[in-house]
Amino acid sequence: MEKKTLVIGVIGADVHAVGNQILYHAFTDAGFNVINLGVMVSQEEFINAAIETNADAIVVSSLYGQGELDCRGLREKCNEAGLENILLYVGGNIVIGKQPFDEVEKRFKAMGFDRSFPPGTPPEVDIEALKEDLHIEE
Amino acid sequence: MKPVLLIDFGSTYTKVTAADIDSPRLLGTANSYTTVQTDINDGLADALIRLEKKTGKLDFCARYACSSAAGGLRMLASGLVPELTAEAAKTASLGAGAKVLKTYSFKLTEDDEEEIRRLDPDIFLLVGGTDGGNTDCITHNARVLARIGGTYPIILAGNRNAARECERILEGREVHICENVMPRFGTLNIEPTQKQIREVFLNRIVQAKGLTQASELISGIMMPTPSAVMTAMELLAKGTKNIPGIGDLVAVDVGGATTDIYSVAEGLPDDPRTSLKGLPEPYIKRTVEGDIGMRYSIHGIVDAAGLDRIAEAAGISEQRMGEIVDMFGENTDMLPYDEETQSADEALASFAVRVAVTRHAGRLEEVFGIGGLKLVQTGKNLLNVDKFIVTGGSLIHTKNTGRIASYGFYDEEDPTSLKPKSCEVLVDRSYIIAAMGLLSQYYPDAALTILKEELIKDGTSK
Repeated sequence: MEKKTLVIGVIGADVHAVGNQILYHAFTDAGFNVINLGVMVSQEEFINAAIETNADAIVVSSLYGQGELDCRGLREKCNEAGLENILLYVGGNIVIGKQPFDEVEKRFKAMGFDRSFPPGTPPEVDIEALKEDLHIEE
Repeated sequence: MKPVLLIDFGSTYTKVTAADIDSPRLLGTANSYTTVQTDINDGLADALIRLEKKTGKLDFCARYACSSAAGGLRMLASGLVPELTAEAAKTASLGAGAKVLKTYSFKLTEDDEEEIRRLDPDIFLLVGGTDGGNTDCITHNARVLARIGGTYPIILAGNRNAARECERILEGREVHICENVMPRFGTLNIEPTQKQIREVFLNRIVQAKGLTQASELISGIMMPTPSAVMTAMELLAKGTKNIPGIGDLVAVDVGGATTDIYSVAEGLPDDPRTSLKGLPEPYIKRTVEGDIGMRYSIHGIVDAAGLDRIAEAAGISEQRMGEIVDMFGENTDMLPYDEETQSADEALASFAVRVAVTRHAGRLEEVFGIGGLKLVQTGKNLLNVDKFIVTGGSLIHTKNTGRIASYGFYDEEDPTSLKPKSCEVLVDRSYIIAAMGLLSQYYPDAALTILKEELIKDGTSK
């Protein structure tokens, strides 16, 4: 079966490179074609990369607490760019302070993110979710 | 003595240069006015008579030519995302010496269709999508091109997964399939496309432009003129096996309609912790500013730089400056005729250089984040380039070339622009750069020796 393509990166002015790098290796090992945009990635860069590579999902990382602001409007811009069906994931310390994650998840759902993941999620969990959402059979 | 004749068929002038390859030196140059309607052999014969008046009779052992006649190598390109494959297509075409009339992005529209039909280019470069990526856009655009019709060749250098389908859509047309200009996201692979453009130029365009009539006289038309200039600049920077080059350089050619900027440098950040954004940059880069020129595009200089600043630099009133700009814009053959118009012309040239080099050079921005200060570079870092080559009519015939050129240097008022900090200015007074690019194809040592000899220093500014 054809490899599914993921665009990954750390959004906004965030320079935390390590987690994203771990995701890159984990996703690649799991058989995905991964476009790694690195750190300090703008919404437009995620979208442009997804258009050219015909990506199936955008996986956004954010560690520095500003994720909620940085991610706002990404779904709308994807729609605008013709990426209506693209899967959007977000994970990391995506909000400020300690907030109950089910509420955070609800807010990101309302922003158009298909799934959000709390801090410390092992990559295997994301991979399982991707396989389910992208209908990848083992 | 072994003289070689080098010919540049231009849109308005046929320019000839004679060089001795035996003991490398410039023998002489001459030019003759030609029009599109004139048989190019007449222009060449006329220029040769003028040349031999200066040099005496020469028995040429070889004759080579480059051409920008009949509008140059007119290309259109289309890609997908403007900053990505469309930009890669433009970079590839400019680097092959083409005149890029327009670069389209995303799916071509009905209006684009009309425009393409009207522009009727020499070559269309069709790209879009990384390998394995988007195929919708390039196949859509192939269908639009098939519908438009025409006889110009189409070079396909997009997503390899769509190449054969596009070829089928374009059945009956001359189609050349190349490697993708962006095979993986964020990588640039423009050389195969450039090689193809050059081949199409040689096999087809040269004939179509009526240049074969001259072919009996010459050993070959080898490349478009801008390509010859790029070849010469690379030779000058890198040197040959036997003769060292002068190192990284920037070259400017301010013309009447456009301004060309060339840079030969890796352009990497000084601080290795800087992160790079945007497409990787080619070592030899050419950009063309279609809105910046000394006559046809004179208003573009004013729009970009501001009439007040240009008037201030010229030391004349804004109102008078405006009048002179209008006068030059309407009378495109007009040369400065007194001190005032000379100052105005030089101020305009200065800002043409500043605007065009600023657009060519990269930027370094400081971003404060949680991790402290972070440097982000887009485009080429030319801060450490220390040679600045100046060519083109408007700059080589004035005494103040060095001062005009310094407008292309690092500017404290625009500190994020990575223009050269301090440069030696070298002026192509005899206008021989393109000719030496041609000569270097066969006699690189001779071409480099002559270039180093003929490019005249005009002081070090700043």
